[in-house]
Amino acid sequence: MYKRDIYTIKENKKIAKDVYYMILEGDTSFITAPGQFINIQIDGLYLRRPISISDWDDKAIYIIYKVVGAGTEKMSEMKNGEKLDILTGLGNGFTIMKESDKPLVIGGGVGTPPMYNLTKQLIAQGKKPTVILGFTSKEDVFGEEEFKALGCPVYITTNDGSYGTKGFVTDIIKTLSDYDYFYTCGPQPMLRAVALSTECSGQLSFEERMGCGFGGCMGCSCETLTGNKRICKEGPIMFKEEIKW
Amino acid sequence: MVNTKVTLSSWQLDNPVIPASGTFNFGKEFSEFYDINILGSFSFKGTTKEPRFGNPCPRIAETPMGMINSVGLQNPGIEAVINHELPEMKKYFNKKVIANISGFSIDEYVYCCEKIDKEEQVGLIEVNVSCPNVHNGGMAFGTDANNVAAVTKAVKAVTTKPVYIKLSPNVTDIVSIAKAAEQAGADGISLINTLLGMRINLRTGKPIIANKMGGFSGSAIFPVALRMVYQVAQAVNIPVIGMGGVSSAEDVIEMMYAGASAVQVGAANLTNPYACKEIIENLPKVMEKYGISDLNDIIGKSFK
Repeated sequence: MYKRDIYTIKENKKIAKDVYYMILEGDTSFITAPGQFINIQIDGLYLRRPISISDWDDKAIYIIYKVVGAGTEKMSEMKNGEKLDILTGLGNGFTIMKESDKPLVIGGGVGTPPMYNLTKQLIAQGKKPTVILGFTSKEDVFGEEEFKALGCPVYITTNDGSYGTKGFVTDIIKTLSDYDYFYTCGPQPMLRAVALSTECSGQLSFEERMGCGFGGCMGCSCETLTGNKRICKEGPIMFKEEIKW
Repeated sequence: MVNTKVTLSSWQLDNPVIPASGTFNFGKEFSEFYDINILGSFSFKGTTKEPRFGNPCPRIAETPMGMINSVGLQNPGIEAVINHELPEMKKYFNKKVIANISGFSIDEYVYCCEKIDKEEQVGLIEVNVSCPNVHNGGMAFGTDANNVAAVTKAVKAVTTKPVYIKLSPNVTDIVSIAKAAEQAGADGISLINTLLGMRINLRTGKPIIANKMGGFSGSAIFPVALRMVYQVAQAVNIPVIGMGGVSSAEDVIEMMYAGASAVQVGAANLTNPYACKEIIENLPKVMEKYGISDLNDIIGKSFK
């Protein structure tokens, strides 16, 4: 089920180049799984802006977003106390696999945020995740300390080598062998590279321009080996085995 | 107490508010937000003979006070609609629905309409001759008066339910096309479908929508839709369902003043899933504000 409600901004701060962290206080009872997203109405813009949930608790939703257009630019200028009309409970979210004990958690750029609550839940269920976060450059890096604080190994890569390991997340994956599954979110070329870099099964979070965000318009459909899916409704998380690359 | 009941070809609706085809799928997603039985009815997702995936993504672009879509009639096909969607719909919608039918040839329109005509859940058939997002179909029919007449005549020959023809605004003379549909036996006219539009990505210099162009809808098109409803309603003697940018109870009343017997709400459902619920709840208040006791009294008042 979905919920539309009014949320209050409690914090909105820059944490990396063009990347912001926002706390939205309000009802979180409709959020059921890591990897789900919210859809935010922004004054003066027609369509809502879908943003993945980084974390949530009883009181608030925590999001991390990158300024990429008019909507996120307006969001970056919002002040504490401002109210936002938001839909929650959107998307399927990640399914935590019982049979995997040592998964890789791989985030690319602003695909990193939803991996935070996922990693928390994996650890809470006694799993031993290894986190790999890929960024373009040092100024883009965020989240390293937060993931480390959860108590799991964290690898950082930057394309230009200005921080962590030079290269892509797949350069780390190929050095690892002690894992049995993967969960990932990031730009589509990265998702594909990750899926092809390992024999393991996994789940991948996709994105697409959306109309409504709740399955009403078929604006974000994709074809999979298990039939047509709406990124916003049957997705954004897909299993590796069903993806048509 | 005000009267919000309206009639479309002797089918009485509790109110004139109808979610438009393509913005409400088969209703289920919206029934997770509110009880959709409050609606007058709704027009289900445009259905073709064969299942269709539609166009590649991106299918959506934003515009000031509106949006462009290029879904391309993604639908499960008429068999799946009859065997799966309609039985499923009974679980969350107990009123009659509007069956929106599209096609790529007269034979396809006939095939689908003949089949859907047998379904007791269908209140009327809305024949979409105006989808801008498919090649060699849809709008190709809707932009030519002779084609519109031919589709209308063929469909009327195999149906018992009222047939409404949904027209494209992307024409030089909407009135002549509406008249052609009426003369061919249409029981009503639905208008307008989306306006053909496009956006270009400033970073790449290329169209945002994969199919390059798409259907422009949303509040921005309301004045165009209103004008066309006003022109057509005066020229024909069959009911007009008005649509295009409607997003408030005030818009509903304005559309009815322009000549609409009922009103569809499209893109507004996508930005606010409660749009139709809010319109229905506000309608009596807005009617009272403007001294309207019965919606039937205001249909076409602007030209009468």
